[in-house]
Amino acid sequence: MKRASTRIAPPSRPAERVAPAAPALAARTAFPLRREGPAKLTGEARYADDLVFAGAWYGATIRSDDPHATLIAIDRDPDFDWSRVLIVTADEIPGENVVSLISDDQPVLVPVGGEIRHHAEPVALLAAADRSTLHAAKRRIQLRTERLPAVFDPLASTQQIAHFAIRRGDAEKGLADAELIVEGEYRVGHQEQLYIENQAMIALPRDDGGITVHGSLQCPYYIHKAMKRALNLTDAQAVVIQSETGGGFGGKEEYPSMIALHAALLARKLGKPVRMIYDRHEDISATTKRHPAIVRHRTGVTRDGELVAQEIEVVMDGGAYATLTPVVLSRGTIHAGGPYRCENVTITGRAMATNTPPNGAFRGFGAPQTEFAAEMQVNRIAEALDVSPLELRRRWAYREGDVTPTGQVLRESVAALEVLEAAAETAGFSRKRTDRRRASTSGGTRASGIGLALAWHGAGFTGAGETHLASVASIELTDVGAIRVLTASTEMGQGTKTIFPQLVAAELGIGIDEVEMAPQDTSLVPDSGPTVASRTAMVVGRILIGAARKLRARVEESSGQPFPRSYRDFAKRNGGIRIDERFEPYPGITFDEERYVGDAYPCYGWAAAVAEVEVDLDTGEVAVESVVSADDVGRVIHPVLAEGQVEGGTLQAVGYATMEEIKLADGRYLNDRLATYLIPTALDAPRITSILVEKPFSGSPHGAKGVGELPMDVAAPAVVAAIHDAVGVWIHELPATPERILAALSGASAPDTPGSEPGTRSGARANRAAPARGVDPRPEAPSDPLPLRAPQDKGGDWERDR
Amino acid sequence: MSYRLQVNGEPVEVDAPGMRRLLDVLREELGLTGTKEGCGEGECGACSVLLDGAVVDACLVPICQVDGRAVTTVEGLAREGVLNALQAAFLETGGAQCGICTPGMLMAGEAFIASGAAPEEDAIREAIAGNLCRCTGYTKIIDAIALAAERRRVPG
Ligand code: FES
Ligand code: FES
Repeated sequence: MKRASTRIAPPSRPAERVAPAAPALAARTAFPLRREGPAKLTGEARYADDLVFAGAWYGATIRSDDPHATLIAIDRDPDFDWSRVLIVTADEIPGENVVSLISDDQPVLVPVGGEIRHHAEPVALLAAADRSTLHAAKRRIQLRTERLPAVFDPLASTQQIAHFAIRRGDAEKGLADAELIVEGEYRVGHQEQLYIENQAMIALPRDDGGITVHGSLQCPYYIHKAMKRALNLTDAQAVVIQSETGGGFGGKEEYPSMIALHAALLARKLGKPVRMIYDRHEDISATTKRHPAIVRHRTGVTRDGELVAQEIEVVMDGGAYATLTPVVLSRGTIHAGGPYRCENVTITGRAMATNTPPNGAFRGFGAPQTEFAAEMQVNRIAEALDVSPLELRRRWAYREGDVTPTGQVLRESVAALEVLEAAAETAGFSRKRTDRRRASTSGGTRASGIGLALAWHGAGFTGAGETHLASVASIELTDVGAIRVLTASTEMGQGTKTIFPQLVAAELGIGIDEVEMAPQDTSLVPDSGPTVASRTAMVVGRILIGAARKLRARVEESSGQPFPRSYRDFAKRNGGIRIDERFEPYPGITFDEERYVGDAYPCYGWAAAVAEVEVDLDTGEVAVESVVSADDVGRVIHPVLAEGQVEGGTLQAVGYATMEEIKLADGRYLNDRLATYLIPTALDAPRITSILVEKPFSGSPHGAKGVGELPMDVAAPAVVAAIHDAVGVWIHELPATPERILAALSGASAPDTPGSEPGTRSGARANRAAPARGVDPRPEAPSDPLPLRAPQDKGGDWERDR
Repeated sequence: MSYRLQVNGEPVEVDAPGMRRLLDVLREELGLTGTKEGCGEGECGACSVLLDGAVVDACLVPICQVDGRAVTTVEGLAREGVLNALQAAFLETGGAQCGICTPGMLMAGEAFIASGAAPEEDAIREAIAGNLCRCTGYTKIIDAIALAAERRRVPG
């Protein structure tokens, strides 16, 4: 990839904001440096594999080689000296053989006689004092199995994990009345989180008969619950301590429970610490990925561009066990229409089981899949109507007072238009599109293009999720006058340990350095819920502000003095106090979980992205040159950290759009190493400009809505729209690899030179384009009952009429 | 076998099989766990260290090749608890998020700055192309290296 050399202005750019500056936070003027930054920059920060425990053994997992089979026996080579090796099998699990999560369908280890449901499924555990003995022993274990028929295609699967239906108005009638119907089928594949620190857990036996685990993780209390259940431990006997965590992105939401249980089972039997540190190969081949999905749309519009009906079908591949699939599907289904006002909507979502490793949480949680499809659809409709994709979104985007498919009235904090205009203007979208169309026609081998997308992202847990969680966060004034924040919310790069002290210090009127953070250790901190769903700043931040207000009031009432001047004396006189604050439901927010009607989220974040690409017409290679991402996060707590979230999420989405792909054969991931699963390097990465937009949410005292996932929803469809702008073909399946692009180009008529005829070029060609399937990563191409991908009869007529 | 090398300016002697990876020697024999392992196959750069000033992946270098040479790790950058110019620039710009790629990035950045090359975006991208970061999108890492290089060129 070539890009013009630009000299970088030394200081980091301040965030641009289109909303008026916020008054609230005292700390706003001076943004604190990342609290644990110095430790990370000097190598002092201790990640799981950096922790040393005397006498620790090394643990390993024996995994299935079949995608679906009955486990007949676990055979040990009689010629090997097993005295130096510890083995644990399913029959030694003291509690229930289940990794506790939603459906309780996933075993900790497959028992003999039990069913292996996917390749790389854990069957037995080994430990040895040194790595070479361990590796030798691993090779001397054979699994005897009987193959069962396997299903790899979610469309062929008969086993449904979850199902949702959302209905508003009458989509069928709306489609019948529409003047143009655009249909489309879009596919996305697996995506690996690829945190740079592999999964890692170390388990230590405790004197009280319990187990302490230290590890790389997002959700201490998920593991705590899983340990109590499978190991038969009390609350106090199961202790989970987060070590510094080298990235999670959802990938350390549920799988760490499995690894912690494995390490704990070994440590319990051995009576010594056991280190369970995955290498990259094991991490990619066994742990969860983003759900592949097939999304079908039928959209009805009028000739003058009114959106009258949406009919959407979402099918996700859950993999072999439910893990978090029902929740991922729920979010994907709710977001499937995109951020657009439509009176008649039907969305059905189902997640099907296949004999592939379970799919799970990954930044965006179902929304990137369905919003990619929604944005593709909007762009193709804009093309069919011959209107600018920007203009069409201006017309359709949600405004305050609009109603979503679940019947939620968007009462406030709707910034779809603001982010759209901010991104489009900063990127010079309209001007560049027009210029490019007027540009010279003669045939080079590279074509450039610009594309746009818009997205929404429900903030926090879906529906009544937060009410069920009932998270608790605490602030303690210790007897020596220190202020401590106690939460189970983990730092994994996003800046939890910086923004919590910021919020609490602002509320108490003290310096940020006077606020300490308690370690994420379940024996010390309350269950403030999982660190997921962009909920930390918004939801846990709000609980902490509530706690800080109570603490302040208690101290000020007693002392008659402002908190900053009185709290130390108060602590000396009265001893320490601790405020445990519980989540309070957002007023006026109700959701019917049975019918999927009501306020699916207390509020939404909004994002728009404009991408510019250059496509090599000979090789099909795409260089993403720049992305402008405008994200409405409610209120910016810390612009540098928030921008960091936008930039990182944007690049993950660019990888999703262009290069990240898992290939499977017989239910096994083929490219399960870092040499074969590629993520963007600094040379692949575009210049990313982040614009932080502030449309605060009144339910958060600090206005924050969360930032982590928004950018992940929006950049991929923008990149694919830019590819279309460059070469005139739509890529319906992510990633838009060179093979898919070349296939689409050869399926279409010979590509016109980009920019030949203003207004008609892309529209005319895409309607003639053959289905752009490209290479399907699965061995058998999934069945495809709907012959979609281009506006059909009605649309064609309309095109001709025009 | 016994090997003598300099690590962060200090002479050390290690007893290890010749094919033991420099990464393991640093992390396990010498307790310098700042250098990370992300892949063990030369793909991620989390294990980057300087060997006689050049960036290498410590997971690919056997200790026998380090005999008599000088290794710099992340632990060798700060002096008496004070961050060096590049570390400080990372802290200011937000170049470290989860921090797992950071030690390796710092090494690649140090080598770039030492080369005296003009801190242009393309050149910096090239210099860190062997170091993967999944958190930052590289933007603020590039900003940090440019800032430190600029300060080096225009002191004060
Ligand atoms: S661990 Fe050495 S390059 Fe990845
Ligand atoms: S900061 Fe997390 S991988 Fe770079």
